[in-house]
Amino acid sequence: MSLRRPAKDQPENFEFNSSSLEAANVIVAKYPEGKQQSAVMALLYIAQKQNDNWIPLAAMKYIAKFLDMPYIKVYEVATFYTMYNLAPVGKYFVQVCTTTPCMIRGANKLVEACKEKISENEYELSNNKSCSWMEVECLGACVNAPMMQINDDYYEDLDKQKTLDILDKILNGETPKPGSYRGRVNNEPENNRKTLMDFKNA
Amino acid sequence: MLKDQDRIFQNLYNDKGSDVSSSQARGDWVNTKEITDKGRDWIINEIKESQLRGRGGAGFPTGLKWSFAPKEVGSRPHYLVINGDESEPGTCKDRDILRFEPHKLIEGCLIASYAVQAHVCYIYIRGEYFVDGQKLQAAIDEAYEKKLLGKNAAGTGWDLDIYIHYGAGAYICGEETALLESLEGKKGQPRLKPPFPALIGLYGCPTIINNVETIAVVPTILRRGGKWFASLGREKNTGTKIFCISGNVNTPCNVEEEMNIPLKELIEVHAGGVIGGWDNLQAVIPGGSSMPLIPKEKCETLTMDFDSLMAEKSGLGTAGIVVINKDQDIIKCMARIARFYKHESCGQCTPCREGSGWMWRMLERMAKGDATKDEVDMLGDVTNQIAGHTICAFGEGSSWPVQGLLRHFKKEIEKRNNLDPIVQKKNSIPYLVDQHLLDKKNA
Repeated sequence: MSLRRPAKDQPENFEFNSSSLEAANVIVAKYPEGKQQSAVMALLYIAQKQNDNWIPLAAMKYIAKFLDMPYIKVYEVATFYTMYNLAPVGKYFVQVCTTTPCMIRGANKLVEACKEKISENEYELSNNKSCSWMEVECLGACVNAPMMQINDDYYEDLDKQKTLDILDKILNGETPKPGSYRGRVNNEPENNRKTLMDFKNA
Repeated sequence: MLKDQDRIFQNLYNDKGSDVSSSQARGDWVNTKEITDKGRDWIINEIKESQLRGRGGAGFPTGLKWSFAPKEVGSRPHYLVINGDESEPGTCKDRDILRFEPHKLIEGCLIASYAVQAHVCYIYIRGEYFVDGQKLQAAIDEAYEKKLLGKNAAGTGWDLDIYIHYGAGAYICGEETALLESLEGKKGQPRLKPPFPALIGLYGCPTIINNVETIAVVPTILRRGGKWFASLGREKNTGTKIFCISGNVNTPCNVEEEMNIPLKELIEVHAGGVIGGWDNLQAVIPGGSSMPLIPKEKCETLTMDFDSLMAEKSGLGTAGIVVINKDQDIIKCMARIARFYKHESCGQCTPCREGSGWMWRMLERMAKGDATKDEVDMLGDVTNQIAGHTICAFGEGSSWPVQGLLRHFKKEIEKRNNLDPIVQKKNSIPYLVDQHLLDKKNA
């Protein structure tokens, strides 16, 4: 199990803004009548997006009322799943995969790069307060190892220098292009393709 | 090597685009109505005849699973749930289906929903695949627009709605009952079985749960016939499979190949060989991190299918092959996998919650050479205390890799860790953590 701790400084109130409210109603309609509790995960995402990438306790209380379910059930969900940030993170949230397939291809170099550029420790904000980083478990792009995720996008086939370049960009407020950083096409074997040849570059 | 025309996922590398019209050019959605017109029994029989086994790891026969759904819809509706919570380290096949072959999946959902009489289908995608999920959502929207979904979907007379549900970073939600809990808006902690989801599943209704890859191959099987699919591979291990080859190889890649392909061919031909040459190979994890590793000697002749890997006391799992060469410290690799399981244990059953942490801490010490001689056997004991003593298969999944390490690399561990035990006196309390307190001299 992982350690999950809500932030000490919590805002007093939280409410969905109009666009969040609209999105939330669309989500609730996906599930059968009376089963609106199913929407809790999606609603926590919406709250997280609205509140600068983290979920305050007030938002959990608000969602509990919104879905007519006990607060503790929302709290349980928010603390169980690791993608809900319970404390503030940077506007650019860097997650470096360090599980074995990435590790044996040099994920520790990516961690070094994050330590140099962003902050010495995980979860700490960078000097300009825009970035933070953490190590995460397998992100499911093992063929493109080593890789990292910045907000929603995957950055693949990295090495230390490429990671430093990417981090430089986000520290300057730019969003670098996601995808492979060795120029390969998706998950094909680089310069070694033996299958589906008729379609290649079609 | 499999012929290109026998590959089901023609767009695995996105050469042709994933929208409806280019999918139709590849043969999707062409005669969906003709397939459903042949009836439920024909569909299920054809899948049974193809001997398709689930692609999510356990390898349960798909046709059989579908036949467990009640024949008549009673007061409770039926549901189809697609498991796209791909989190097994070493596996990244479903991601490519979601983003490059979404219409194979959507058409498969329609046919499978018809076969098990479900009008609603939920696709559960891991939260990290948000961008890929958006691509699938775009494909679903396009399908609604072209009347391939919704009322009278694709002219079949069957109504179907598909919704995407995102997970939020919990590996355990790949376990089918944990996935249902998560879909219901709860913590993803597995349920006791029985009752099985086919009878009591989502919201207490009959639910069929299949992996993304399983459902995505269904339309092609029905078009080309179960016999065609069964002619590939070997008896009970038929068809094609997407293999993900990662780790210390020259060109890591995803590739669709025939079942029962030699492991050496996959590594040498498709993945460009081991870094440093075949002789530099140390071990291979054949089916995602849960499966025990296979040492080099056995990799020479090993073929990749469910039963032949089972015979080697490993398993095909999700076919995520992680190649580890001699430049890596094998104990450290396994310690990292143990850390993964320690992080992902849902905490419901004590043996797994506590034991996964024990295994991790012991392996970390062993990697550094800080463990005592007797701890090697103790580690084996801990794995046996976890496997088989938990609600779900996570217990096995977390202890098998450690058991594999002990089976094949015990000498390596013993060579590095030859400290004498703290307590010399033989106590008959093997699991007491504070054992040194028993011994006054050490206290």
